[in-house]
Amino acid sequence: MIATALPTTGFSQEVFDAFLARREEPAWLTDNRMAAWKQFNKLGMPNNRDEEWMRTDIRLFHFDRFTPFAEFEASPKLPTALLAEGVELAGHCTSLDSRNVSKELSPELAKQGVLFGSLDTLIQEHSSLLRPYMERQLIDPYKDKFSALNAALWSGANLLFVPKGIKVANPFHSFSAMSPGGVDLGKTLVILEQGAEATLLTETASTEPDAGGMHCGSIELIVEKDARLRYVNLQNWGSGVWHFAHQMGHVGANAGLQWTIGALGSRLAKVNQHVALTGQDAEAQVNGVMFTHGKQHLCYNTHQHHKAAFCRSDLLYKAALQDKSRTVWRGMIKVDEAAQRTDAYQRNDNLMLSATARADSIPGLEIEADDVRCTHGSTSGRVDDQQLFYAMTRGYTRQEAVRMIVTGFFQQVFDRITIESVRDALGEAIGRRVRDIEE
Amino acid sequence: MTETLKITNLHVSVEGKPILRGVNLTINRGETHALMGPNGSGKSTLGNVIMGHPNYEVTEGKIELNGEDISEWDATERARAGIFMAFQRPMAIPGVKMADFLRHATTNVRNPSRKEGEELIPMRQFRKELTEKMEQLRMDTEFARRYVNDGFSGGEMKRAEILQMAMLRPKFAILDETDSGLDVDAVKLASQSIAEIGGDQMGILIITHHDKLLDQNTPDFTHVMLGGKIVETGGVELAHELYTDGYDRIRASYPEAAVAEQVMAEAV
Repeated sequence: MIATALPTTGFSQEVFDAFLARREEPAWLTDNRMAAWKQFNKLGMPNNRDEEWMRTDIRLFHFDRFTPFAEFEASPKLPTALLAEGVELAGHCTSLDSRNVSKELSPELAKQGVLFGSLDTLIQEHSSLLRPYMERQLIDPYKDKFSALNAALWSGANLLFVPKGIKVANPFHSFSAMSPGGVDLGKTLVILEQGAEATLLTETASTEPDAGGMHCGSIELIVEKDARLRYVNLQNWGSGVWHFAHQMGHVGANAGLQWTIGALGSRLAKVNQHVALTGQDAEAQVNGVMFTHGKQHLCYNTHQHHKAAFCRSDLLYKAALQDKSRTVWRGMIKVDEAAQRTDAYQRNDNLMLSATARADSIPGLEIEADDVRCTHGSTSGRVDDQQLFYAMTRGYTRQEAVRMIVTGFFQQVFDRITIESVRDALGEAIGRRVRDIEE
Repeated sequence: MTETLKITNLHVSVEGKPILRGVNLTINRGETHALMGPNGSGKSTLGNVIMGHPNYEVTEGKIELNGEDISEWDATERARAGIFMAFQRPMAIPGVKMADFLRHATTNVRNPSRKEGEELIPMRQFRKELTEKMEQLRMDTEFARRYVNDGFSGGEMKRAEILQMAMLRPKFAILDETDSGLDVDAVKLASQSIAEIGGDQMGILIITHHDKLLDQNTPDFTHVMLGGKIVETGGVELAHELYTDGYDRIRASYPEAAVAEQVMAEAV
């Protein structure tokens, strides 16, 4: 826990200086933070002239309404973690408002050189090991104001490092919570060295379901040659939270990444989820499950970047929309000239549960190689009245029928997720949220 | 007391267009009724209205189950009261396994007061029963793991409907062209299956163009529908006659209904 009292006037120079002063970090990291901070101050807010932000209006978002690293009067109770239920874990860590709270790691794994827990702490002990990965800057800190802010101020971060050849069967679990009005500047860094295998389940949630707050986060997944990572990220922020994130996976030769995103919470989300296939025969499967309601606005920019030959990527995003909510999916498959024999697929299906919901689905291809197979598809539709009637003639109430049809809609994604606790948690969370269809 | 499904002077419109113009029909539990008639005469409409389809508006008359008017009930209530329809073209529900769909349905129908979220039939008990019924119907048990009607062939859909009927054990069942799109052997199998699952315990309304489905389910009554009315009722021999000779005699005998048939056909 942090003892120093900090000035509380948004993201000011004082806040940044005090932040640096109370951290004992290697000089290279401080330098990187300072460079990013400079960039944060230089960059303007994104606006609707940027293609990425055209459909996502953040004029109501103001940095100075938030107080990073505020002190609690009493630590709020952490909400129940959904993904870890009934699962034997290899390790578990939690954070609250960007402060690491607890961590556990199986002693056998620790002995094998696995690192798991607070990146803030581990980077002090393993500076030279982690520096090259950090300085790869998978996420460009100069991309926009949010990437710069996270690069400058990340804290309460999680690290999973699995050394060469170590295969971990049980999943790791990390849980990041935010108190009402809080600020989360988390970062997740996963490094699987050559031939390593692991599963990481992460979830983010507010301590109150209707809480506000701000999350500006980053995720970097480095899956080296022959390694395999299953990564699940369940976003369940309170209904008033602004959620900005840059997420990037790097998949090396003959390596595999299965990345599942569940997006349920937040007031507005703007997420860039990129996967880069950088070595031959790399493979990535990207799954997205979204359920929106109220006036939520979730915007996902996905990027499947094929940099090497013979790689496969397969993206499936499914969203069900209730009330006046809106989703935006912009998907890009980019194939470099060197990436011959690419096999890439992207698909986005939207199920509209009200006449006032809206889903924008914008697939894109940018192909420089000439021997590739790249396909995309997208559908948007309403729950079919005939389907509802059919289920009702079998004794289902209308409500039960809607719930069943929505669950069925997501089943295609669930069928791809091999982790039972994740399927159950997502299925139940979605089932609970389905109300009736608005006519 | 014999249970009865009674339809009295039923008038039904869809989007303001009259489709049924005063249908009278009484089905006692244990009876088999065949309903025949040319395309567009209103047979499927009658089935859908009995089942409570929201797009059909009852403008006059009533539907009674054991003396209680159920015209205002929704499809859920009717299903839970023991009314069933095997659809001509059942809907696919992708992502929902047949077994899960049926476990839920069976629980609801057998326990009509069940609220959402309350216990389902225990899995073991349900599986055992489902497996028995599938074996009886000579269906591959793999079927239970497939998504409801998703990618089913015409024959598979019809057999799945009969399987559902076997599990739900309705008091009254409407079979809407359960024989359409099936080859001779498949119709024979369907006909046999209906008889085997205790069709004679139910009140059945078989809507059909052919008489093959009636082979093992001899109708006590055959009704002919024309222009939105039941114009003639007879025994099984009427079904054979209509299948062999068509509807010319009917049209000639009931000119008013024949005119209505013309008008309805032109309005479509």
